[in-house]
Amino acid sequence: MEKNTNQPGKLVRRIVYVALATGFLTAVAQPLRIKEEPEKETYEKVADGKDDAARREQESKDAFLAAYTVFMHPRCMNCHPSGDAPLQGDDSHIHAQNVTRGTDGKGLYALKCKNCHQDANLPGADMPPGSPGWAMPPAKHKMIFQGMSPKELATHFKDNHYTGFKDFEKDMIHHVEVEPLVLNSFIPLEGRSRLPMTHEEFVAKVKEWIEKGAAIPDK
Amino acid sequence: MISLKVNGKNYEVDASPDMPLLWALRENLELTGTKFGCGMAQCGACTVHMDGNAVRSCVTPLSRAAGKNIITIEGLNDDIAQRLRDAWTAEEVPQCGYCQSGQIMAAAVLLREKPHPTDEDIDYGMAGNICRCGTYQRIRKAIHRAAKASTP
Repeated sequence: MEKNTNQPGKLVRRIVYVALATGFLTAVAQPLRIKEEPEKETYEKVADGKDDAARREQESKDAFLAAYTVFMHPRCMNCHPSGDAPLQGDDSHIHAQNVTRGTDGKGLYALKCKNCHQDANLPGADMPPGSPGWAMPPAKHKMIFQGMSPKELATHFKDNHYTGFKDFEKDMIHHVEVEPLVLNSFIPLEGRSRLPMTHEEFVAKVKEWIEKGAAIPDK
Repeated sequence: MISLKVNGKNYEVDASPDMPLLWALRENLELTGTKFGCGMAQCGACTVHMDGNAVRSCVTPLSRAAGKNIITIEGLNDDIAQRLRDAWTAEEVPQCGYCQSGQIMAAAVLLREKPHPTDEDIDYGMAGNICRCGTYQRIRKAIHRAAKASTP
């Protein structure tokens, strides 16, 4: 009787041991399985991709914010005013002589830009800077920088109607890379503040902004 | 040597290519109707026409002026110039007169491009020519007078 009563007890214990052992082994094997399962691996790749995209977007915004310090420097912004009169000097005062844009951006009547601005900067403080195509943006594409936040300026740059570009990415990079008026801004003038970075650094920032998705800054 | 064409005549000037045109006009060609005012394109006294534009000769290097058609106050002889002279005389515009050749050179470009200018056009065309005697209102009247004298 004892034998009979004990045998079912042993059986139950064996079952319990096997169950516990299986459970333990399953638990131990679980972390290994996670690494091996293809579904989980895909999930992690997607998660990494999201991080990468977010990182690139932030880098794009940061690059624009760096380039923005150039766009808003008086040497650049003075010819991108909110009105039709160009600005002058580090304090961006309205250009003397009632100079105005005109439809083509080249001034009006006896006050055309090239009447004073030569093909190169003239030596001496307060002498007119110069470049072969000295002009403001034309009336149909005023390209206003003055008063624009980084968010507004970046948004406008991506609008071909605003800029007159045909291909935003290609034309924007080309403009900052080779336009003589842009290059002129980086040539120091006597008595004037210098741009906050070199032309090469500026081009690199604009390229980085565009190549990483031309993200719009938050503000 | 630099080749200059001034008032229809050709000249060879022995000067540095970065010398301002005004120097060559006054010193080399002895055309002293064009005046020196500020030497930095601020006042308009030195205004001459270069291929039809009212450039400031005090900052225009000879290298840029070479081969261009230069007209000074001495050579301004078209219909607009005559109307301007008549109007200037009738309105008795000049006081000391120092800035007036520059004023007339600027007004000539204004009337060529805007035959019947408004006061606003005159402000846009003439505000770069400073008159120390303050003859601005007479200049304005004379420009309107010269515009009205044109044959319709």
